[in-house]
Amino acid sequence: MAAEVSPRAKIWLGVASVPIILYTLLPIGWILSLSLKSSGSITDRAYASLNKKAWSWENYRYILTGAGGSLFRPALVNSIVICLIATVVGVGLSTFAAYGIARLDFPGKRLILNTALLTAFFPAISIVTPLFNLWRSIGLYNTTLGLIIPYLSLTLPISIWTLTAFFRQIPWEMEQAAQVDGATSWQAFRKVVFPLAAPGVFTVAIISFFTAWNDFVYAISLSSTTGSTAPHFTGSQTVPAVLGFFQGPSQFIPPTGYVAAAAVIVTVPVVILVLFFQKRIVAGLTAGAVKG
Amino acid sequence: MSTIQLKHITKVYGDGFKAVTDVNIDVGDGEFLILVGPSGSGKSTVLRMIVGLEDISSGDLLIGGERVNDKAPRDRNLSMVFQNYALYPHLTVFENIAFPLRLHKNRQSNDEINRLVNEVADVLELKEHLQRKPANLSGGQRQRVAMGRAIIRQADAFLFDEPLSNLDAKLRGQMRTEIARLQRRLGITTVYVTHDQTEAMTLGDRVALLRRGVLQQVASPRELYEQPVNLFVAGFIGSPPMNFLPATVHEGKLQMPFVDVDIPPAIASRLTDGELMVVGVRPEAFEDASMLDESRRASGATFQAPIDVTEWLGNEKYAYVPFEPHPDVQAALDELDRELDGEAMRTQLVASIDSKSKIRPGETSELWVDTSAMHVFDPKTGENLTRDEAAAQQIAEENEAERLRQLKQSKPVGDDKVAV
Repeated sequence: MAAEVSPRAKIWLGVASVPIILYTLLPIGWILSLSLKSSGSITDRAYASLNKKAWSWENYRYILTGAGGSLFRPALVNSIVICLIATVVGVGLSTFAAYGIARLDFPGKRLILNTALLTAFFPAISIVTPLFNLWRSIGLYNTTLGLIIPYLSLTLPISIWTLTAFFRQIPWEMEQAAQVDGATSWQAFRKVVFPLAAPGVFTVAIISFFTAWNDFVYAISLSSTTGSTAPHFTGSQTVPAVLGFFQGPSQFIPPTGYVAAAAVIVTVPVVILVLFFQKRIVAGLTAGAVKG
Repeated sequence: MSTIQLKHITKVYGDGFKAVTDVNIDVGDGEFLILVGPSGSGKSTVLRMIVGLEDISSGDLLIGGERVNDKAPRDRNLSMVFQNYALYPHLTVFENIAFPLRLHKNRQSNDEINRLVNEVADVLELKEHLQRKPANLSGGQRQRVAMGRAIIRQADAFLFDEPLSNLDAKLRGQMRTEIARLQRRLGITTVYVTHDQTEAMTLGDRVALLRRGVLQQVASPRELYEQPVNLFVAGFIGSPPMNFLPATVHEGKLQMPFVDVDIPPAIASRLTDGELMVVGVRPEAFEDASMLDESRRASGATFQAPIDVTEWLGNEKYAYVPFEPHPDVQAALDELDRELDGEAMRTQLVASIDSKSKIRPGETSELWVDTSAMHVFDPKTGENLTRDEAAAQQIAEENEAERLRQLKQSKPVGDDKVAV
C-alpha cells in the first residue's frame, strides 16, 4: 500500500518537516523554559540558559510542596480520578454499544447512531449553563460524578462511531466459528472479537482520556473548589480550572512561572500514555484471518 | 459420530424469499455427503441450518436421532470449516487448533491438550508451524489449520463450506485428496458444500443436487452421471457437459440434427408422433467412426457432421459441431444454461473422440454415437424418460456396500491407536 519513496524525496521530506517540528515545539520549549526560570528573570524575554546549574526549581517546589501545593495536588488527584473513571466507563459502554450496533439488526439502529452524532454537534458552551443549574438543584455541582457525566457525553458519540467501524471490520465468520467451536456468545466476544478490536479500543481510550484531561469549559463551570482545603473539604476542580484561576502567592507577582511548571507536570502523563499505547495501536492485526 | 436427518427442511427469509424448499436428506453414520448446485441454489443455507447459524423455518433436523432445531450451535457438537477459514488471527496455530478444547476448561488438562494438538498437527503436517500466526501461513497451511481446529474435538460431524474455493487449482487438487483421505481415515459423518462438480464427484459417497432450493436428486456420483432424474441433473454433472439435442418423434424414430435413431423400446409407448423431445448424449458417447471396428460400429449410429473446431488434450480430443436448434427447445435449453451459470454463445455439440483421430477442423467427418447411452428428456417437465430405476438401485447398493467396507477401516482422532 505504502508508495515507494525515493531517497532523494526522503531527504526533501525531512528538510520540509523541520520548520513544522520547530513550529510545534517552540511553545512547548518556551513553557519548559519559563518553568525553569526564577521569578526575577521571568520577564527577560530569553530562553532559560542551557546550563543546568542556572535552572531554578523554585516554581516546581512551590507548586508541588510549597504553598501552591495545597491547591495543585488535590486538583491533580481530581483530574486523574475523574479522567480515569470517565475513560473506563466510556470505553466499556461504547464497546458494548458499538458491538450491538455492528452485529445486531434491530429497529432504530440508525436512529441511535445519528442521535449519537447529533449530540456531539452541540457546542459545550450551549449545554454548560443549563447543566450548571441542573447540577446545583440535584446536588451534583462540584462533585466528581458531576464532571464524569458531561465527559461521557463528550466522548461516547465519537467512541461509539469509531468502535462500530472497528467491529464491522471483523469478519462475522470469526465469531460464528467460535460459536461452532463451542463458545457462548460472551466467550466468543471475549476471546475472539474483543482481542481483534483491541487497537480500536485503545485508540478510543486515549481519545477519551485526552478529551477529559484537556477539558476547561465544564471544569470551570461545574466545579468551584479542589476539595481537601479548609473550609471546603469536597470539590472536584481539575488542573485546567485551577490553573485558570491561579493567582500565586502575591497579586504583585504574576504567577507565570508557577503556571508554566504546572503545565509541564500535566503534560507528562499525556506523553507517557502516548508512548505506552503507541505499540498497542497496531493496525492490521486482522491480517491473515481470512484469505486476503 | 452420528447420523444427520433433514426432514422437510424449509427456509423462508424475512422478506418472504424461499431459499430452501422441503429438503429431505438422510446422511448415514460416517457418510460423506456433498451438497452441490449452482450459485443461489441454497446449498450453503442448508449447511448453515445444520450447524445452527441459520434458523430453520419449518421441518425437523435430527442429529443422532435427536431433534436439534432449537439448539445453539455450540450445543450441537458439530465442527465446521469455513470458506475463508475464519482462523483467529491473534492466536498462534497451536492456540487456534486448541481453541475448541480451551473453551471447556475443566474438561482436559494442559498436558492432554498438548498431546491432542500435537497429534492433530502430525496428521496435518503442521508440526513446524505450531508457534506461527495465521498471517504468516500460506493458503494451504491455513486451510489445514482450519481442518485441525475442526477435527481436534470429538465432534459428531464435520461440515465444510466450500473449503477449497480460495485455493489455486493445483493446491485445490491436493487438498481435495487430503480431505478425502482424512474423512476416510476418521470415518466421521461429513457434509460438504461445493459448487464444483469435480469435487462433488470425487469426494462424496453420495451427492445431493439442489436447484433453487429444491432437492433434485440424492445419489452416488455414478448414479447421477449414468441415471440422472432430469435435464438439470444431467446438465450439471459432467465436464464437458452433456449435449442436448432437439428431437422430433416421427414413425418410431427420433429425428435429431445430423442423425435419426430408433426410439428406445422402453419409452416408445410414452411418445406420440410429432412430439418434440430433448435427447441428451454425453460427449464420450461419440467417437470418430473411422477409429472403430465393425462390431462396435454396428452398436450405434454413424452420421456426417461438419467439424467446426477441435481441441487436442493428449489423452482425448474434443470436436465441436455447431447446429441450429429447434426454436421450441431453444427456450428450455437457454433457461437451463442460465441456471447452470453458463454463457453459451452458440448451440454446439461436443464430441470426445480418440486423441489419435485424424478429424480436422473445417471438414465434414463421419462420427459415431452410442445410441444405448442416450437419454430422452421431456422438454416441458425436464423429466428423464429413459432413467432405469433397476440399474439406479443396483448402483446405489454397490456404492453403499463399498462405503461400509471403507468405514470399517477408519479410526477417529483421540484413539491412542492412531497410525501416523
